[in-house]
Amino acid sequence: MAKQESTLRTLTVAMLVCLVCSIFVAGGAVMLKPTQVENRQLDKQRSILTIAGLGGEGLSAKQVKALYAERIRARVVDLQTGQFSEAQDAASFDPLKAAKDPQLSDALPREQDIASIKRRERFSTVYLVERDGQLESLILPVRGYGLWSTLYGFIAVKGDLNTVVGFGFYQHGETPGLGGEVDNPKWKALWTGKSLFDEQGTLAVEVIKGSVDPQSTKAAHQVDGLAGATLTSKGVNNLLHFWLGENGFGPLLANLKLLTQKAGEA
Amino acid sequence: MSQPTYKSVLLDPILHNNPIGLQILGICSALAVTSNLKTALVMSIALTLVTAFSNLFISMIRSQIPSSIRMIVQMVIIASLVIVVDQVLKAFAYSLSKQLSVFVGLIITNCIVMGRAEAFAMQNPPLLAFCDGIGNGLGYSAMLVVLGVVRELFGSGKLLGYSILPTVNDGGWYQPNGLLLLPPSAFFLIGLIIWALRSWKPEQKEAPAFRLAPQVSDKEAC
Repeated sequence: MAKQESTLRTLTVAMLVCLVCSIFVAGGAVMLKPTQVENRQLDKQRSILTIAGLGGEGLSAKQVKALYAERIRARVVDLQTGQFSEAQDAASFDPLKAAKDPQLSDALPREQDIASIKRRERFSTVYLVERDGQLESLILPVRGYGLWSTLYGFIAVKGDLNTVVGFGFYQHGETPGLGGEVDNPKWKALWTGKSLFDEQGTLAVEVIKGSVDPQSTKAAHQVDGLAGATLTSKGVNNLLHFWLGENGFGPLLANLKLLTQKAGEA
Repeated sequence: MSQPTYKSVLLDPILHNNPIGLQILGICSALAVTSNLKTALVMSIALTLVTAFSNLFISMIRSQIPSSIRMIVQMVIIASLVIVVDQVLKAFAYSLSKQLSVFVGLIITNCIVMGRAEAFAMQNPPLLAFCDGIGNGLGYSAMLVVLGVVRELFGSGKLLGYSILPTVNDGGWYQPNGLLLLPPSAFFLIGLIIWALRSWKPEQKEAPAFRLAPQVSDKEAC
């Protein structure tokens, strides 16, 4: 077996094995891509439905698609002005891709970038649940850095643009059992019914360390932090403050509030 | 060891030569994925496929692999297979793959796969090696399924998500044992299973590595 051990032979075998394996892996990845993309989309629609409180867990793929098509309307928002925009097609526009495109996004200065997302897209997609022309709930995409990873999620607010319907993440890489507890249904349930803004209209929602004191005047705005996951809790707090603040969906929320007030007066 | 036959390589690893029970390999994933039966089953299937095919491919090119890079070549083949399995899971069982992704990736470092490639596939013809991979996969699966059944049934009163023992929280009578949902419980269970296996088949007992010398005097050594 002496002839097996020459340097040339070793190199050739290594090259060949690598070549065959890479073709195999690349082929598999390319062939399975369409199904994976569809799955990811379905998963996103499912989490939108779940967070909006319309059910979604336990439904079949077909039911999710039908329910989504029936109840949810996606609209593109110009984040600068806070107005709905027709400049992008809501069905195909991908805010996450846009955030990487210098044409469609702006770099954030460090002091504004509390969610550590580096670039913010100019347009984003929000999801509306309407009943008889009235806004029933509004679902906003949020994202931001926790401890290890960027957390991607949605927050759903009621038509009053203040009360939380649901909040949750559909993708993150936090430590299972610690930061990963953001997926815990019990923790997510804490968010339902919290108010985002106080009477003066300033953003007051907060993830605090430890448990919320129910006697406190701020209890309606506060949510328990996750035990053993201080940085993830902080990240969640920051990303909410970013996306609900003036650099995020703040202008949109202000505009929509004006609209409902006007409708109320008329 | 006698000449391996198809029957022996397929069936021996299940009880006689269980990769977890006797060889004590692959413990890490056995702790991590067995808190419910569904993930345990998917992990078993994934590992069985990877072991079988890595054995097959490595055995096919065993006479071509220069021994100086033999481990690396094995690793490349195993890693490629694992990536493909992960991609397939993502395409056809998305919600499961979200739970399992980390562990599927870690099949690459699962000692069973590497151990069988090195110990068996390098010396035996492809088909026999393939069966050996399946056999060891089955041995691993058997252990995982037992752990999964015990942990899910007594930990959350369910099997494959269906309620078997109605728990107190859902208005039933069964007070679930929360410890069984935590990874350390799998350690205790594996220990008990190994104990049972070795009492039943004493030939699996290892010779003790050393013995304590008996005490010879009451005086303290100084």
